[in-house]
Amino acid sequence: MQIPFAIIAALTIVAGIAAMSLRKLVHCALCLALVFAGLAAMYLQLGAQFVGFAQILVYIGAVAILVVFAILLTNSSSSLLPTVRSRSWVFGLVVAVLVFATLVKVILASSTVAGRSLPENPLPTVKDLGTQMMTYYILPLEVMGLLLTAATIGAVIIAMQEKKPVEPLKPGSAGAPPTHP
Amino acid sequence: MIADVLNGILLMLWRVVSDQPAPLAALLPALPEALRPVVSAVLCVSPIIGVFATLFALTTLMERKGLGRIQNRLGPNRVGPFGILQPAADGLKMLTKEDIIPRSADKLVHFLAPVALAVPTLLAYAVLPYGRNLVPLDLDAGLLFFFAVGASTELAIFMAGWSSHNKYSLLGAMRAIAQMISYEIPLILSAVTVVMIAGSLSPAHIVARQDGFIWGWVPHWYVLTPWGFVGFLIFTTASLAESNRSPFDLPEAESELIAGHLTEYSGFKYALFFLAEYLGMFAISGLGVTLFLGGWQAPLPGLDWVPSYLWFFSKLILMVFIFIWIRGTVPRLRVDQLLNLAWKFLLPLALINLFTAAIWHFTAVWQFPGALLLRWLLSAVMIGGAYVVLGRALSPRKKVSLRTYRYAT
Repeated sequence: MQIPFAIIAALTIVAGIAAMSLRKLVHCALCLALVFAGLAAMYLQLGAQFVGFAQILVYIGAVAILVVFAILLTNSSSSLLPTVRSRSWVFGLVVAVLVFATLVKVILASSTVAGRSLPENPLPTVKDLGTQMMTYYILPLEVMGLLLTAATIGAVIIAMQEKKPVEPLKPGSAGAPPTHP
Repeated sequence: MIADVLNGILLMLWRVVSDQPAPLAALLPALPEALRPVVSAVLCVSPIIGVFATLFALTTLMERKGLGRIQNRLGPNRVGPFGILQPAADGLKMLTKEDIIPRSADKLVHFLAPVALAVPTLLAYAVLPYGRNLVPLDLDAGLLFFFAVGASTELAIFMAGWSSHNKYSLLGAMRAIAQMISYEIPLILSAVTVVMIAGSLSPAHIVARQDGFIWGWVPHWYVLTPWGFVGFLIFTTASLAESNRSPFDLPEAESELIAGHLTEYSGFKYALFFLAEYLGMFAISGLGVTLFLGGWQAPLPGLDWVPSYLWFFSKLILMVFIFIWIRGTVPRLRVDQLLNLAWKFLLPLALINLFTAAIWHFTAVWQFPGALLLRWLLSAVMIGGAYVVLGRALSPRKKVSLRTYRYAT
């Protein structure tokens, strides 16, 4: 096993475990950002520059910030979480191991791993990616763009203040400001 | 062996100073195989840290002197002749101050925040082309790398604000993050126009595309095209906000927030924040120079004999000087004005600028006389029209009338 891969993998796994088990939510979110960084390093180590940088830009620059904002806005940042101990943890462990084993089996059985058939150009440039995106994958790209636009408009509509016609207060009624002489 | 290494070092220095290619070509073969990657990395990194830390010291002096001049006072003039040793005194003061950590602070995150801010800021320097042959890391997706590491500084600011356990810190950090996320979009969109025209994400390639002169004397820089000029203005505005400089220095507005996320930091940690802020400003100015001002290219033909890195650094210092000038003359914005400017004005303008760049690119085939003038007019109408309409729509529609006073005359 290569040493850089071992370091990155260990960092990612430790940060992932910390993100699940720490008792302050903000610490968990910061560890999650570390997991994202570890994944980005993994992509970079595999030679996927664009994917790695996009991972940093989107996940650390935006998703982690979003998570942190959500924690702060729901005002659960300072309270310590109680330790959750499920009574059926043995059952959960068995299910987790089974799911992991299935995934490993499927991945090992797939033609890419078994046949070791790497693509001809293992290090595609950004230009290649862009060309593929604009020709072969144009429909998925447009659909995603439409979806994101719809989501943005929806968020704006939810956040928008509804304009109700405000009835003018009569002087002398309860809510009216005192009139100066 | 030692003679070879010395020879290699001297040759490297000579080649760097005299702007020749492959400065490391003679040094690396003289070293043992295992040392080569380490030596090459150290030789790339140490000049960046040395040069930009020196530039940081010089800039603090230039800023204090310049602001003093703008505000009709002398500025620092006690340490050394004309106060030029002031940065050294400031540095010593920072190093010898007590490092205070609030009792209720989150100690680990409080300690890690300045490190998490300084490291990505330094990483951004890896992809800038400083001279004809001085690119530390010529990445195919260099521009994306720059913005990616720039975006990861936001989390460090949040760490600083949250871990201090202080309301001013948290408010300042929230403001800083809101501001940085908002201004990142016009910043990236204005850079995307350049990427679209140059056809590459590599900064070195973008500089190479701005080579040559129109009519023999007007440099082929992107700032001298209509879309490039507007893009440069948008980029500069957004980069002022990204580096938390005045008039967008709301996160540390001292009159309302003490010092924002820096409130609970002192001593060397504060110095690290200060250093990261200035290094971020230099990096983003360097990117502006690379994208719009032709990078290391000479401004006039016949000036090619001047080493290219000198042009880069002159342009960089000019940008920094403009930043200081703006700080001295423009008052601070309010939060709602700041966010309105980003989302309602700069973002639509940047999108229209993108269309204008596309039209400029596709009308480049026009050959009839006066084509250049027509293209300029077309672009000016598109951008100017958008500017006027947006400006009109956003200006508050309050009736201006004579103010009457009840208790005074």
